[in-house]
Amino acid sequence: MSTLTTSTFGKSSRSSDGFTIVKAKHPGRWIAAGVLLALVALVLYSVFTNDRFGWPVVAYYFTDFSTARGLLITLELTVISMVIGMALGVILAVMRLSPNPVVRMAAAAYVYFFRGTPVLVQLLFWYNLAALYPTINLGILGLQFDANAVITPMFAAILGLGLNQGAYMSEIVRAGLLSVDSGQVEAAGALGINRFHTLRRIVLPQAMRVIIPPTGNETIGMLKTTSLVSVLAVPEVLYSAQVIYARTFDTIPLLIVASLWYIVVTTVLSIGQYYLERHFARGSQRELPPTPLQKIAYLFRVHDRRLPVSTKTDQENSR
Amino acid sequence: MTMQAEPAEAQAASGSNRMIWADAIHKSYGRNDVLKGIDLEVAAGEVVCLIGPSGSGKSTFLRCMNHLETVDDGIMWVAGRVVGYEMKGDRLREQSYAQVCRSRTKIGMVFQHFNLFPHMTVLENIMEAPTVALRQKKSVVRERAMRLLEQVGLAEKAQHYPRQLSGGQQQRVAIARALCMEPSLMLFDEPTSALDPELVGEVLKVMKDLARTGMTMVVVTHEMNFAREMADRVVFMDGGVIVEEGPAAELITNPRHPRTKEFLASVL
Repeated sequence: MSTLTTSTFGKSSRSSDGFTIVKAKHPGRWIAAGVLLALVALVLYSVFTNDRFGWPVVAYYFTDFSTARGLLITLELTVISMVIGMALGVILAVMRLSPNPVVRMAAAAYVYFFRGTPVLVQLLFWYNLAALYPTINLGILGLQFDANAVITPMFAAILGLGLNQGAYMSEIVRAGLLSVDSGQVEAAGALGINRFHTLRRIVLPQAMRVIIPPTGNETIGMLKTTSLVSVLAVPEVLYSAQVIYARTFDTIPLLIVASLWYIVVTTVLSIGQYYLERHFARGSQRELPPTPLQKIAYLFRVHDRRLPVSTKTDQENSR
Repeated sequence: MTMQAEPAEAQAASGSNRMIWADAIHKSYGRNDVLKGIDLEVAAGEVVCLIGPSGSGKSTFLRCMNHLETVDDGIMWVAGRVVGYEMKGDRLREQSYAQVCRSRTKIGMVFQHFNLFPHMTVLENIMEAPTVALRQKKSVVRERAMRLLEQVGLAEKAQHYPRQLSGGQQQRVAIARALCMEPSLMLFDEPTSALDPELVGEVLKVMKDLARTGMTMVVVTHEMNFAREMADRVVFMDGGVIVEEGPAAELITNPRHPRTKEFLASVL
């Protein structure tokens, strides 16, 4: 322990046995960073001096009303489709692990079908459902609908994206469930905890650690897949941009507006995912991983020191 | 089967002190016969140690007692009731999982690898089953859980996560977790086999304390000193049968069967 010293940025430090510890210089890292920064500067210079990017137009439409409404619809589609996808995913994953072979096969067939066809084709199918079933008849309830009235573009979009996502989510959830040690189920069973509670309180929370990273991926993927529903004339971000540039011919600036918004939302989602992972990591590691701010702080340290730990666990571990 | 069953039920009703009655238990995995007709009785308050080489079927036999393993042939009685089945006349009707769970609440089990729930704190681990499976009030359960943690000497670890504890501490939590269900029978499946040697003692001490309270215990173990000191009876199993059983001191110090002698010579 005597040579592990802590210090604040910029100060030299002495270990308890009297030596001053100086970190290695790493000239190669400085050169590589310099070259890359120069390249970035070149690209930025080109981007901001080329008038055809139309930055004033980008700025004008970035906060335009129809862009804002398009963003809201994109977010709505993403959230609703992911919620449907996750709910379906959990149900299908549990079905896949059922002892009943018919239930198992049904879930497998669902996944096979929805994974086997492109989501764009599925969206067009749902949109044109009225051609297949002009009236939707819920016989048991005695209800009957006109398919053309019920299947609005938005509804077709939600159905298409949600049902398709369910197939992918089921595989992710299944992987998560399988990752939990069978001893956990045994212990819960030996304590008399029934199947439902075992799944909800013992298995799923532990499976979440495996489920969340790919689900974050899927959510970000979904955000961008929603742009597909522009073919159904649902006025989400991309379609809103298309409507405007069809009128003004500012194609590139409006595509930039749409891209910028996708990047903004993706950034927010990534941050959310990080903290969600941190939450479900409790109990799985002795110390929680550092937050981004903590990481930045450690980038600037001059002297080596122990990895960051919250003060509480620090005390516990050094007991 | 009915001929044997009725007296057992009658006995249970009349308050017999027989906790476990294994009647000709058979179990096989595919063509591998693991249990080849095991008969065993355990009285309430008795401490029985199952010993024997690995693969002798002792863990499987233990797991039949709370239906973690199903029995292929023979009947397992615990506390006067058939394990895993409902007896109706001459029929044994398989119980639903919910029914199995209900009867398991009376039987505590401690595993070789502890199997604590890693995403819950020590206290949450102990409180989970009584609140969820027995639907007891949280305040009542918490008080009992803390008392049990005190007993196993881990009261100050209540808010820790299992991974922050040593193996011995984890196993003591697992024992407290099982005891919080207020079981009438405790099963131990090699509770010290996964522990570093210096941690074995603390777990055995908790088990000894428990044995002195009069708890009925069936312990699969390789700890001959524990068996000699605490067990009322030691059962030596090999190749899916009971080779020899008897009072602890007698069987361990003075085995009659050559296979028992051979086994004891190799572990002592």
